[in-house]
Amino acid sequence: MELFHFKKDIPFMSYGKLTTTISLVTFLLAVFFLVARGLNLSVEFTGGTVLEVRYSQPADLNQVRHQVEGLKLGGQSKEIQVQALGTTRDVMIRLPTVAGATSAQLSETVMAELRKTDAQVERRKVEFVGPSVGDELVTHGLTALLLVCVGIIIYLAIRFEWRFAVSAILANLHDVVIILGVFAFFQWEFSLTVLAAVLAVLGYSVNESVVVFDRIRENFRKAGMRGRSVTEVIDNAITATMSRTLITHGSTETMVLAMLIFGGPALHGFAMALTIGIVFGIYSSVLVASPLLLLFGLTRENMVKPVKVKDEAVV
Amino acid sequence: MNRYSIWKYLLILAAIALGLIYTTPNFYGESPAVQVSGARSAVKVDEAAMGRIEKVLVDNKLAPLSIALEAGSLKARFKDSDTQLKAKTLVQETLGDDYTVALNLMPNTPKWLTALGAHPMSLGLDLSGGVHFLLEVDMKAAEDKAYERLAGDVRRELKDKKIRAGAIKRLPDGVEVQLRDADTLGRARSAIERALPVAQIAQQSGENNYRLKLTLGQQELFRIKTDAVKQNIATLHNRVNELGTTEPVIQQQGAERIVVQLPGVQDTARAKDIIGRTATLEVRMVNEDQAALGDALRGSVPAGFELMEELDARGNRPILVRKEVELTGENINDAQAGFDDHGQPAVHINLDSAGANIFRQVTAENIGKRMAMVLIEKGKGQVVTAPVIRSEIGGGRVQISGSMTTADANDTALLLRAGSLAAPMNFVEERTIGPSLGKENIQKGFSSTLYGFAAIVVFMVIYYRVFGLTASFSLAVNVLFLIALLSVLRTTLTLPGIAAIALTLGMAIDSNVLINERIREEVRAGMPPQTAIKAGYEHAWATILDSNITTLIAGVALLIFGSGAVRGFAVVHCLGIVTSMFSSVVVSRGLVNLIYGYRRKVKSLAV
Repeated sequence: MELFHFKKDIPFMSYGKLTTTISLVTFLLAVFFLVARGLNLSVEFTGGTVLEVRYSQPADLNQVRHQVEGLKLGGQSKEIQVQALGTTRDVMIRLPTVAGATSAQLSETVMAELRKTDAQVERRKVEFVGPSVGDELVTHGLTALLLVCVGIIIYLAIRFEWRFAVSAILANLHDVVIILGVFAFFQWEFSLTVLAAVLAVLGYSVNESVVVFDRIRENFRKAGMRGRSVTEVIDNAITATMSRTLITHGSTETMVLAMLIFGGPALHGFAMALTIGIVFGIYSSVLVASPLLLLFGLTRENMVKPVKVKDEAVV
Repeated sequence: MNRYSIWKYLLILAAIALGLIYTTPNFYGESPAVQVSGARSAVKVDEAAMGRIEKVLVDNKLAPLSIALEAGSLKARFKDSDTQLKAKTLVQETLGDDYTVALNLMPNTPKWLTALGAHPMSLGLDLSGGVHFLLEVDMKAAEDKAYERLAGDVRRELKDKKIRAGAIKRLPDGVEVQLRDADTLGRARSAIERALPVAQIAQQSGENNYRLKLTLGQQELFRIKTDAVKQNIATLHNRVNELGTTEPVIQQQGAERIVVQLPGVQDTARAKDIIGRTATLEVRMVNEDQAALGDALRGSVPAGFELMEELDARGNRPILVRKEVELTGENINDAQAGFDDHGQPAVHINLDSAGANIFRQVTAENIGKRMAMVLIEKGKGQVVTAPVIRSEIGGGRVQISGSMTTADANDTALLLRAGSLAAPMNFVEERTIGPSLGKENIQKGFSSTLYGFAAIVVFMVIYYRVFGLTASFSLAVNVLFLIALLSVLRTTLTLPGIAAIALTLGMAIDSNVLINERIREEVRAGMPPQTAIKAGYEHAWATILDSNITTLIAGVALLIFGSGAVRGFAVVHCLGIVTSMFSSVVVSRGLVNLIYGYRRKVKSLAV
C-alpha cells in the first residue's frame, strides 16, 4: 500500500513567498500574545499553593470559588484560581503564598471550608512552592533553551554548512514561539512539564529539518541532479521525503493524541504543547527551513567541494 | 548479502534476553510492609527485638508473610494494607519511642532476580505517591546556640587577658558579665570589643554595680538564622544522599522551613530516621564531684549542669556534665571511623583552625580533668565517651574512643561527617502523596502509551506488510530495552518519564519509516530485492544518525539544566533515543535478514 507516491516533484519553493508571509504573521501574532497576555505560569514558577480535590458529585466551580475567596487568604483574591481539572468532579485551587501560615494550616483551612458544602470532598494532592524556587527554574529553563540552540547549530554547521544550521534553528524557534504564543492566547497553564514538551519539540523539529537537509545534500551529489537548479533540488528532496515526513509525524502525533485523550489531566498540558509542536514541526521543516536556505543564498558549490568541479572541467 | 554473522544474532538474542530479565521485576508488584528501625543510632533492631515483634504479631493473629532483618532495620511484609496498619500500631505500642515504625511497600521480586541485580524501577512521587516532609528549623535554638557560643567566647577571652570577671550569665536575649570595678569594666569592654566585634555592648554601671550586657545585632541574628537554614539544607542533602534517592527535592520554603521530597522512596522509616537525626557533637566539661552526682541522681541537679548517660559496654552510667559548650560540631571538618592505639573502635575527628585553637586552650587548662563528648540526637544528649585529658592537644586532630562497636563508630562518623545541623528541626508536616492519584496517573499514562503503540503497529503492518511487522517488532524490543535500562540504572520513573516513553516510541518508528521508504525507492528504481534491502538500510543510516544526534543534543541539554519534571522527561528521552537507534537498525535488520537473507530467490519484497 502506498498513500503518498508523488510522480512529479511538488514545487514547494515557488510557494516560498506565501509560506514565509504566513509564518511571519503567525510568528508575530504569537509574540504579540506572549507580550500582551503573558504566560499563565504554574505554581512551580510563581510559588504558592495548589490543592487538588475530588468531589463525590460534580462540583459547582462558582460556589467553590466563592467559598475560597471568602477565606480572604493573603488578601489578594485576584490570585486565587479555581478550575476544573479534566472531569467535573476534580477541582484545582490555586492560592498565592500566604505569609505566616504553614502549608498544612493553609490546606486545612481550605478543606474545612469546602467540607461545609460536601463532607465527602477528598484531598488528592497538595503542593506548596516557595517563590524563590521559581526564579531558579526560569534561569535554568532559559539556559537549557540556549544550550540546545547552540549545540544544534554547532552540530549542523559541522555536518552540513552554516546556512543549514541557521535555517534549522530559526525554523525551530519559530515553532517554539508559536507554542508559547498559543499557551499565552488561551491562558493554559504553563508548567514544568509543558516546558519539557517545548524543549522536546525543539529537538523533534530539528530532527525533521535534518531529514530534509540530508536529502538536499544527497541530491546535490547525485549525478542525475547535476543540471537542476537549487530550487529544483530542494523541491525534489522535499517531495522524496514527503511520505516519510507524513508517516513519521502521523505516528508521533498518534502517540501524542493518545496522551491527550487518555492521559488524564496530568499529561494534558504536555500533550497539548507537543500536538501543536508537531503540526508546526511539519510545516516549518518543509516550508520555513527550506525557503530560508534559499534566502541565505545556498548554491551547489556550498555543498559540493569545488575540487570536484575542477576535475569535471578537465574532462 | 543480507546475512548476519552468527555473533550478531547472538548479540541480539543476548540483548533481548537481558532486556527480559531486567524488565520482569517491574511486573511483580509490591506488598504492604512495616519497617522498624532504631530511633537513634545507639538503638539497633536486633534478633531479640525481631523475636519480640514476631511474637506479638503472631499472638494478635497478624502474622506477616515474611519478616527479615537487613542492615539494622526490620521489614515485615503483610498480605494487605489493613493488616499492615494494624501491625504498625501494635509494633509501635510494643516497642515504644526508641524505635521508628513506618509503613512501607516492598517489591515482590523473586530472590533469583534480585540476585542478578534486577530490581523494579522506583516510581516518582506523582506515580507512587511518595514521601513529602516539611521541616521547620528551630530558630530559637539557633539563637540560643549563638548566645551560648558568645558566652563561651567572652569567658575565654577574659581569662586569656587575665581580666577577673564575676558571673557570666546567659540571659534569654544576651549575655551579662558581672565585673568588680570600673577599671576591669573598661578593660573587659575594650578586650571584648576587639576580639568579638559582632557583639553589641551595653554598659550598666551604677552604685557598686559594674555589668556589661552583650547582645547580637539584628543583622547578625538574621545572618545566623539564614545560615542555619542553609547549613541544614546542605546537611539534609548529605543525609538524603545516604539514602541513594535519584531525584530528591530539598528546598527552602519561606524563611525557616525546608521541604524534603523523596519520590520513589518507599523506605519511609529510614528516610525519616536519617533526615530526623539532629545529631550534633558537643564538647563539654564533666563535673567529677561524686556528691554533686549523688544530688543530681536524687533529683536536684546543680545549676549549670546536666545529668546525662554515658555509653558503656556494661550498661549506661550517669554522668554530670556542664551545660556550657566548649566546642560544637560546626568546627568539625571531617570525621572517620577507625581504631585507636589499643585496637578499639574510634572516631577520628579533624577540627578547623578555630576549633583547633579552642580545643588546644580547653585541653591545656583542664589537664587531669574529664571532658565529655556529647552526641545530641533528637534533643537527647548522650555522652559517647568522657576521657581524662592527659595533655594539651593541639593540631586539631581529636580521637574519640571508648566503649563503642565498629558499627557505632561508623554511625557516629557518618553523622558528624554529613555535617551537623546548625539548629534542630521539627517535622511540621509529613505526607505521603495520595496513592490513588498516583495509581490513576500511572494507569492513564500506560494505557495512553499502549493505545498509541497499538495504533502505530496496526498502521505499520498494513502499510509496510512484512517490513511493517519487523518494524513493529523492533519497536516492541525498543520498549523492552528502554524499561530494562531504566530499571538497571535505578531511575525514578515519573509521569513525564512515561510521557517520554510514549514520545520516544512515536519518534523511534521514524528510523524504520526512513528505512522502509528507502527500500521502496530502491525497488522502484529497479534494484533487485536483496540489493534494495541492503541499499535501503545503508542510505537511511546517515539520516538516522544525523537526526537522532540532533535530538540527543536537545535531550542532553535538558538533562543538564532541567530540574524536576524536565529532568524526569530528559533521562528517559535520551536513553530512548539510544535504544531506538540500536533496535530500529540492528534488530529490525536481523529480522529482515532472517526472513529474506536465506532465500535463494526473492522475487518481490513485501514492503
